[in-house]
Amino acid sequence: MSAITIPLPDSASSWILPYRGKVAMAGLIIAESAIFTIFVVAYLFYLGKSLTGPTPRDVLELPIFYTICLLSSSLTIHLAAKSLERNRGGLFLGLWLLTSALGGSFLYGTAREWLRLIYGHGLTISTNLFGTTYYSLVGLHAFHVTVGLIMLLLVAIFALAGRLSVKHSRRVEVLSMYWHFVDAVWVVVFTVVYVLGR
Amino acid sequence: MSMNAITISGVRLEEKPWVDTLHEWLTTVDHKRLGILYIIYALLLLIVAGIEALIIRIQLMHSHNNFVSPQVFNRMFTMHGTTMIFFVIMPVLFGFANYLVPLMIGARDMAFPRLNAFSFWLTALGGLLLYFSFLGGNGLYGAGNAPDVGWWAYAPLTARAFSTGHSSDYWTLALLVSGFGSIGTAINIIATVVCLRCPGMKLTRMPLMAWLNLVMSGMVLIAITPLSAAQIMLLVDRYLGGHFFDTQAGGSAVLWMHFFWIFGHPEVYILIIPAFAFMSEIVPVFSRKPIFGYPVMVAATIAIAFVSMSVWAHHMFTVGMNSYANSFFTITSMVIAVPTGIKIFNWLGTMWGGRIQFKTPMLFSIGFLFQFLIGGLTGVMQATAPFDWQLSLSYFVVAHFHYVIVGGIVFAVFAAFYYWYPKMTGRMLSEKLGKWHFWLFLIGFHLTFDVMHIPGLLGMPRRIYTYEPVRGWDTLNLIITIGAFIQGIAILVFVANLVVSYFNGAQAGNDPWDAWTLEWSVSSPPPAYNFAFIPVVASRRPLWDQKHPEDPDSRYE
Amino acid sequence: MFVLAITGIIFGVVFTLLIYAIIKFRRRGTDAGSEPAQVYGSTQIELAWTIIPILIVVVLYLATARVIHAIQDAPESATAIDVIVIGHQYWWEFRYPKLGIVTANELHIPVSDPANPTPTFLKLLSADTDHSFWVPELAGKTDLVPNHPNRMWMDPQRIGIFLGQCAQYCGTQHAKMLLRVFVDSPRDFAAWVRAQQQPAIQDASVRAGRGAFESTACINCHAVAGTPADGRFGPDLTHLMSRTTIASGATENTSENLRLWIQNPNAIKPGSLMPAMKLSDADLDAIVNYMETLR
Repeated sequence: MSAITIPLPDSASSWILPYRGKVAMAGLIIAESAIFTIFVVAYLFYLGKSLTGPTPRDVLELPIFYTICLLSSSLTIHLAAKSLERNRGGLFLGLWLLTSALGGSFLYGTAREWLRLIYGHGLTISTNLFGTTYYSLVGLHAFHVTVGLIMLLLVAIFALAGRLSVKHSRRVEVLSMYWHFVDAVWVVVFTVVYVLGR
Repeated sequence: MSMNAITISGVRLEEKPWVDTLHEWLTTVDHKRLGILYIIYALLLLIVAGIEALIIRIQLMHSHNNFVSPQVFNRMFTMHGTTMIFFVIMPVLFGFANYLVPLMIGARDMAFPRLNAFSFWLTALGGLLLYFSFLGGNGLYGAGNAPDVGWWAYAPLTARAFSTGHSSDYWTLALLVSGFGSIGTAINIIATVVCLRCPGMKLTRMPLMAWLNLVMSGMVLIAITPLSAAQIMLLVDRYLGGHFFDTQAGGSAVLWMHFFWIFGHPEVYILIIPAFAFMSEIVPVFSRKPIFGYPVMVAATIAIAFVSMSVWAHHMFTVGMNSYANSFFTITSMVIAVPTGIKIFNWLGTMWGGRIQFKTPMLFSIGFLFQFLIGGLTGVMQATAPFDWQLSLSYFVVAHFHYVIVGGIVFAVFAAFYYWYPKMTGRMLSEKLGKWHFWLFLIGFHLTFDVMHIPGLLGMPRRIYTYEPVRGWDTLNLIITIGAFIQGIAILVFVANLVVSYFNGAQAGNDPWDAWTLEWSVSSPPPAYNFAFIPVVASRRPLWDQKHPEDPDSRYE
Repeated sequence: MFVLAITGIIFGVVFTLLIYAIIKFRRRGTDAGSEPAQVYGSTQIELAWTIIPILIVVVLYLATARVIHAIQDAPESATAIDVIVIGHQYWWEFRYPKLGIVTANELHIPVSDPANPTPTFLKLLSADTDHSFWVPELAGKTDLVPNHPNRMWMDPQRIGIFLGQCAQYCGTQHAKMLLRVFVDSPRDFAAWVRAQQQPAIQDASVRAGRGAFESTACINCHAVAGTPADGRFGPDLTHLMSRTTIASGATENTSENLRLWIQNPNAIKPGSLMPAMKLSDADLDAIVNYMETLR
């Protein structure tokens, strides 16, 4: 017995469902949000409960510049994706590389801050509850930025080799969804760690 | 496989070398093959975890027994629980979902076939990693072996100080790895159901199997991940000197409990919802009526998914939360009984006025209905916190959850086997062996788990390798053990049925049960591409419409 | 009981309906080929079986919430006995702060008279992992969680010995972390308190044993009031002979068992944290003799 063929007057031709790449990335973002939520909960729960050692107020400085870098990279990646849709390959490449540079500088800023905390203030992941929760949360975020950056650079390589065109714009958009997510997480982490926590 | 082959007289077919078949299966991205791989993997580990259960039961057969040492016993109950939940039930449910969801929505495969394969292998290798602990768990001082911290791995028992060697790390890493596999499959199912439905199959026309697996997958995304997060924290504690759960540094053991149960409670609904899906497909077909109240069945499932995220601390009633917290979790745990109960009533309503056929799938489904009713009610009893202060951590709880997991989920899984094995293999399972399987398992199940409530009520705690004769628990434990062995025999009958029927079973044809969903419109087993032409549907039961053109469902929906 | 009644009724109703459905609506020979009426649902029925359970839940919840508050938020009266329970792998430490008593594994509390209640309030702490204090006939269980003090109370109305054990898996010998609670008459309790408040009996005839005890590692873990031994890792031994069992209920408190326990704890409780002391026979006998004077 072969497939059912009860033809419908109209819906068969106008049957359009969402793009699976976006749905899957939305699913991944939801799952990752849950992971970050748990780390944020642990961070908030342990605020003020360290038995010893430096407190957030003692050692944390607002990373304003690097935050601006990361958040503006959301804008640049959005513009890059739009350029690719409109087949403006050159503009796309420029904006994409700018995004990567901004993301890279954010990671550099995180590394600098950690060096200062470790060597300047003696705060490590094992120092006290603050150290444990801080490095875990910020580190988890930085890990996600790193993975995103690697993906950005891969796309940049293909673009530089002239292999990227309009027909890839949906996939590029999926990657930019991930990048926006990473930025949104930073907004939360920044607020919790550097604003509320101090 | 040769049963698919057309025989043309005078033409001799070449036999494919077995290594080629093996290679095909190892590298497959076909959802049907991956589904079968998941199911076979789960069956193998069912046997292993079943043996662990029998070891537990032999040791507990009478007081002061020494069949195994306390160290071995503690590993047995830890591995039994961990294996059953993560490497038996989850894989078998993902296996059926993988096989059936694309077929039921008129698609040719899952949305991401390679991710599908990757997720399966993550799960499979996670299980192997867990079992490698028996060999590799010896760390410094030669301490450690398979994990022995219970499947909840409560802090601070898992801290370096109390859990020397690497046994706890095997637990953590194996579950992290397979957890990522589960998340991958969940993303795949969601993308498939949202994006690959055939024309005409609006969400309100999807089979409940597709709906419920969609809901389950959504839950996986937000329930498995808290466990992954907590496990990363545990690794930070054990290897980087972190203090997440280090009570000596001001850390909280209760925080682990919260994180674990925020995963652990929705997890059991993740396990039961696909079982509900099986029931929602099987009970209608063998009652010869459509499912009663389709919209409410969907709504109730979504309600269960949401409410299940708010009940977790009913596993922590004895931990010393304040009375307001305990009251909150009491009410939410009672509230979740409402949509769950509604589903039972809807299945009853489906059977009511029908023409029930007592084939093996329906026998197991009826068993499910009775047992899930009872298990659900003992759950409501434990939702009342004061009652739970006595019942928690005792064999009453063990009886309750085995009632819902074995009496509920496993019975539903057996029903699913008998119902869909013909589709997957082209052969019917033996009804005779099926009935032997059913009755033996039913008797063994009730002997074990009905009786098990009693030692719990009498004060027998769980996770003890032996007990004192003066407590009077001996006879009860002996009966429980006998029931366990009867269940073991029933499983052997089942496995025999699976194997024997593969070679000797009656040919199934496309639609042996006269059913109504799209998977029954293709051959058994289906061709690799599922559908030659993507179907177009106009109702929830496309094959009913086809078989009854004078009275199609599309007229009533 | 109320809970049991409600769940019992629900079970009875649904069970009956299921049995009825299976019997009445089974396929009969005459049905071959025909399908029954295809009913898709019924809004009225579904509404009914949604509303009724919700009402049942509301009633059940209100009854339960009352009990939760009554138990957990019960105020402590001035006449209550205070005990601090510290859970260890795999034994129980009991301290009576107001009475100046430290003991282990066997709890003595006075029976409580409803006219003049003398309940016992327990503060629950842990020295290592999670445990749970459960004596089913006296109260529901409450966990002992490190860094998370808990509180519970017992109001026993009957004199007798009540058995219990640790209910939260705490490691290898979780199964033998047993509890004995002696609910005494007020006079027996007072006598017990007085005896426990005394420092250790000084018996000159066991001086050799006491010397061996105090010069080996024993005193690193164990305390004997009134002597240099003040270790807190293991049970207080000041009045060891006032207990009916040793090793937290794992075996009877007899001479042979005591000797075996000190010589090879794994023979009685494999995996317990008491090390085999590898004493010579002479030292072992002397120490056992000393232990037996600690009444």
